[in-house]
Parts: sequence; structure tokens; C-alpha cells
Amino acid sequence: MESLDGILDDKPNAGPSDLIPILQQIQAEYGYLPKPVLMEVSKRTGVAASKIYGVATFYEQFCLEPRGRYTVKCCRGTACHVRGGPDIAEAISRAIGVEPGDTTEDMRFTFETVACLGTCFLAPVIMVNNDYYGNLTAGKVPEILERYT
Amino acid sequence: MSDKQIKSIDDLVAWQEALKKSAARYRARVLICMTGCRALGAQDVAARFKERLGELNMTDDIAVVETGCIGMCAIAPVMLIEPWDYLYGHVAPDDVDEIIEQTLKNSKPVERLAVKQDDAPVCAKSDVNFYGKQKQLVLENCGRIDPRRIEDAIERGAYAAAITAITEKTPDEVVEETIASGLRGRGGAGFPTGVKWKFARQSPGEEKYLICNADEGDPGAFMDRALLEGDPHRVIEGMITAAYAIGANKGFIYVRAEYPIAVEHINIALDQARACRLLGDGIGGSDFNFDIEIRMGAGAFVCGEETALIASIEGSRGMPRPRPPFPAVSGYLGKPTNINNVETFANVPLILKNGAKAYSRIGTEKSKGTKIFALAGKVKNTGLVEVPMGTTLRRIVYDIGGGILDDKPFKAAQLGGPSGGCIPAEYLDCEIDYDSVQQIGAIMGSGGLIVMDEETCMVDIARYFLEFVQSESCGKCTPCRVGTKKMLDILESICAGQATMDDLATLERLAEDIKKASLCGLGQTAPNPVLSTVKNFRDEYVEHIEEKKCPAGVCKDLLGYEILEVCVGCGACRRVCPVDAITGEKKEVHVIDQDKCIKCGQCFTVCKFEAITR
Repeated sequence: MESLDGILDDKPNAGPSDLIPILQQIQAEYGYLPKPVLMEVSKRTGVAASKIYGVATFYEQFCLEPRGRYTVKCCRGTACHVRGGPDIAEAISRAIGVEPGDTTEDMRFTFETVACLGTCFLAPVIMVNNDYYGNLTAGKVPEILERYT
Repeated sequence: MSDKQIKSIDDLVAWQEALKKSAARYRARVLICMTGCRALGAQDVAARFKERLGELNMTDDIAVVETGCIGMCAIAPVMLIEPWDYLYGHVAPDDVDEIIEQTLKNSKPVERLAVKQDDAPVCAKSDVNFYGKQKQLVLENCGRIDPRRIEDAIERGAYAAAITAITEKTPDEVVEETIASGLRGRGGAGFPTGVKWKFARQSPGEEKYLICNADEGDPGAFMDRALLEGDPHRVIEGMITAAYAIGANKGFIYVRAEYPIAVEHINIALDQARACRLLGDGIGGSDFNFDIEIRMGAGAFVCGEETALIASIEGSRGMPRPRPPFPAVSGYLGKPTNINNVETFANVPLILKNGAKAYSRIGTEKSKGTKIFALAGKVKNTGLVEVPMGTTLRRIVYDIGGGILDDKPFKAAQLGGPSGGCIPAEYLDCEIDYDSVQQIGAIMGSGGLIVMDEETCMVDIARYFLEFVQSESCGKCTPCRVGTKKMLDILESICAGQATMDDLATLERLAEDIKKASLCGLGQTAPNPVLSTVKNFRDEYVEHIEEKKCPAGVCKDLLGYEILEVCVGCGACRRVCPVDAITGEKKEVHVIDQDKCIKCGQCFTVCKFEAITR
């Protein structure tokens, strides 16, 4: 809980309005939102655990399960859709064996689709952690993913 | 960090003069886009430039500037070289030596890196059609400054309009000037901005808030991203002016988490503005206090809706609230709150600098100023386009956009994201403004403009938007939560060849009801893509339903890939098939195993002999 101490020390009078930034910092630190940490946040901020759970499950960004080392984000925005985005998503599923929203058993990849990455000129585009790969075809996908061991 | 303290407009002007003088020492500037272009290697190009210029002792009079979006994203990585304004595209580290030799030493363009028009190189930016036909006012600094240096923005006049306004005008005068300009909200709904400010100004109470909606959730929209990454001080300046006008001392910028570079650049900009008293207590020597906090979104499209956004900042699930009361009366923590879009704030300095009259000379009768569009899809020149309101769709897609990829015929332009509609070819000469666009069944939206060709299935597009809206619906009201699900079910059955004409009638009826009964803009506009595609592309729906065919070749359940007798047995399809569904000997007609085929279409794409049908 030391990381949580660090996060909450910055906000001595943390209340409901600070909840989302706190959760974002926890996720950045731990990689996901561990349940014991959330219970501790509830104790220290006075926000009901049920409310925290409601917020954590509403927003797409928050994850209550541990994630893989690499997050593969496949853009499903309009420009990507029109330039073959769904085929890229299928190619990723085939290559790593999981559907969007899931993590591979060896904890190597977590696969997500994102509504729009804002790089429409690269359509269709994916991100692996902070690396962008654009102008893709389904055939290029396996080779890109193999670079991440 | 600069140690300047701005205590009056004279301080600011003096600083600007000093910065202009010191900038004059550079005889050339190499401007490299470091926002979107980063994705295609711009960092390596910039690093190589700095390294080589250092080795050649040319850094004293040549500046390498990492800028925001230069606009013509289709040729990324993009570079602009001043003072000649040579525009180079697809620049790689290996090109650096030639650019230094040819351009920086000999003032000549490197033609092979220039944009080609009618097969000839066009080297100067203003000669390139993409730019020559735009009017870049709000985007004037993007691509010309390092967004991480406040000095660059100040040198080009940043904050002058705001400081003048807060030291020489009253809040009511600022409100009236904004009303007179005719500025309408750039987030999509187009409500008159000055009037919105007036409501907040008139609400009783000392505690008021200002929020910048930087959630930019529309898929296909990246205008706000470019502004925040490329010219953050412009947005901050607009916010200071608005806060003064309505009487707010605290502001938020709610930016979506998917924009990490924007978050980074805004943070730097806020720190720098505070350090020189352009933000915080006693701004510019006045007695006006205003500061801004960044809040990041957490991946919910509905939080672009103003009441849901407020709920999110309050730490709750992003669920909209009934209006009235409007945020101007009761918003964040129940206090009067004014929310505007990024581009709206970015227009404000222009109005205060040149006056409402000058601003309103551009645009149409009821839609003043310019609009930034994010042009994407099946168009040659994808990127950021700023044009006066009233510019035709044809001009944007063909003159600026360069026309459709592979010169195919234009099928539709999708405008307004999931709240918008698809505009068919017959309306190419529509003069785009808030009202004209509504008449042809779309909405202006935030500015995402996706061009579509014959390979886009309009039924699939409607299904795609509904799938998006269904997953983003907050779930609070029944018409949206259940209604969009039922609409999606019908669209999926149409795409699977299992629907009847009665289903189409049900779809249309449902659409009308959901529009009227939903609690917020998400539900109220969710049926728009369906209504506009059924109206403008009804034949495609009928073909899916009655003939179980998808003419664009997209809906997989209605496709069957087959290899014809003309096949020469080259094996290209067999090699590219990801599931090894194709068999055949060399020079013999190949065969697709229909049980294995996943209908990905790769064989169809790769066949050079037109031997595959679907």
C-alpha cells in the first residue's frame, strides 16, 4: 500500500471530486485497480466502496484485473473502420488467440479496441503500449506483434 | 522557465518585441511536426537534423523547431522550412544531408520531397492546393511554434487580446463583443457562444466555473487534439477571456486520456503561464484571478455531453442530467458553469483582437468564422482543413482533399460522427454551415469528415455507429439503453441477410421515437446515421433485405468468395490466405474451401487476374 500512501498524501483532503484522478494514478502505478487498494481508498476518502466500484466499472479505461505486459489497442474509429479496421482486429485475435477485452494466459498481451486514437491519417492503426503502427494490412500484424516478447 | 512577470499589457508588448528581435538572429527555421507525425518517425528526423547541424556548426543561425500539426497528415512526417516555406513530406533521416546542402546552404528546394500536383513538384506551401484553398486563422500557430515554449506563442501575439480585454474592457463588454461576432459552439450543437456566456454571467452567485470540453470523443475527429498539442496557449487565452466574462475564478480542462501528448503539452503550458502571471492571481497586473486544473477522461464517449462531463469531474459515473436546470444556472457542484469546446475557446482571441465586425465578415449569414475539419477516410489528402463557413463539400473533398483515393467515384461524406449523417454526391455543392447541413440530414458536429467510396457499405456504417453508441450508452434512460439495442439487433439482422421489409419499417419508427424520448444528446442523435442512410441510400438496404446481397462487398454473411475458371494458378491467393483455405497446383485453377474461409477478402485484394468473385 506504499504506492497508495504516496498518491493519497498528495491530496490530504481527498473527497468525491478527487476519486477519478486517484483511480487513474492507482491504475498507472499498479497496472490495474486491485480490490484491496480500492477498499483502502474507500476507508481513507470516505467514499462508499459501492460507489467506487460503480465508477471503476463505468469507465472503459479502468481495469479490475491484472493486465498483460503489452496492451494492444486496435482503433475502431470511423476512418479506421472504412479502411479495413475490423480485419485488423480479427488478425490480432488470430495472432494472439484472445478476443478484445481479454488478456493472454501468459500475461504477454492485453487486447483492447478503442473508439478512436485520433490518428485517422494512419488508418487503420493500432498501438502497442505507446508505439503506433499505421497504414496496416492484416498481413503485417503477426510480424509486428512478434517484436514484443 | 522564463522569469518574466507580466503586470500590464505594456509588459507583454515589450516582451513580444524583445522576442521578435532575438528570433531575427535565425536566417532559417526547420519546422518539424512532432505530434501526429511522431507515429511515423519524426523524432528520428529531428534528432538527425540537430546532430548534423551541430557537427556543421550551423546551429547559431538555423533553428530546428519541433512543432504541432502542420496539417497535411497524408505526407507524414511533414516538414516546413522558413523563410521559403518549402513543404516536404515523407521525410526520413537519410534525407537530412540533402536538405541541409540544397535548401539550408543553397536556398533551393529538394523537389523529390515536395508535393506532386499534376506530376510536377510544388515546393512552396501556399502553392500546394491543400493549403492554398484553406483559410488558416485558428490554426495559424500550429506548425509554426514549439508548443512547449510560451515564448514562441508570445512572439506571435498570444495573450495580448486577453490581457487587453481584462484590463480595458468590462465583463459585459466582452460578452457583447462575443455575441456580436456570431461565434457558435464548435463542439457540434452550434449554440451562440456569447449568449451562453451571458446566461452564466447573469446567474446569481460569486462561485462560478468554466470548463473546456476537450473530450473529443467523435471517432474520426482530431481537430481539438491538434489545437491542444500545437497551440495550447491559444486555448488558455480563450479560457481566461471567457472566465473574465462570466465571473469564474476556477476552470477545468477535461481532456480525454487517449491524448497523452495533449495532456503533456497543456501541463507545460499551464505551468509556464502561471510562472509569468498570465494565469493565477492578478493576471497581467489586473485584479482578476483565474486558474485551471486538468482533469483526464477515463474512456467514456458520453462524457463529452456537458452534464455527464460535469458528473465525471464531480467523481461520479458519467450520467447526464435532465435540463433545465442548464449548467449556466446549476452545473459543477450546483454552481453556475459555462462549458465550451476547445475550438470555440481557440476562436475567442481572434474576436477580441480584431473585433467582432472583422470576425463576422468571414462565413455565412448565420454561421460566422471558420471551421476546422479533420478530413479522413478514402480521400487522398487526409489531414486538418480550416475553411470559412459556407465552403462547399466539393471544395473540401476535391480541391483541398485532392479527390478520392484511386480516383474512384465519391459515394458519401460522413459528417458529425455518431450524431451525424451521410451526405451523398447530390449534395456536393452544399455550402457547409450549421443550418444548411441540418437541411440535408446531417449535423456539423465537431468536424470529423470521413469520405467514403463504393467499397463502403452504408448499412454497415449505420450498424457500426449504432454498435458504438450501444457500447457508450450510459444506460440511464430506457429509450437509449433499450432502443439503440433493438435498432442494432435489426441492423445486424439486415447485414446477416435475415431481415424483412417490416423490420426496416420498425427501424424507422424506432429511430423517430428514440430521437424524441432520450434524455441526452447521445440518445437523441444516435438514430441520425440510420435515418440519413435509409433516406439517401435506401436501395442498399432493400438489396440487403430482398436480395440478400451487399453491393459494396463488406457484409461477410452475404459474401461468398469463389475462384473462377480464368484463374492462372499463380498461387498468390493461396500464399496470402491466413487460414490456408485455398488449395491448388501451380498453373492450375485454385479452389477455396468454403468451410475454412473466414471471408477476410485478402485473396480478392491480391488477385491480379480478377479471378475471384464475392
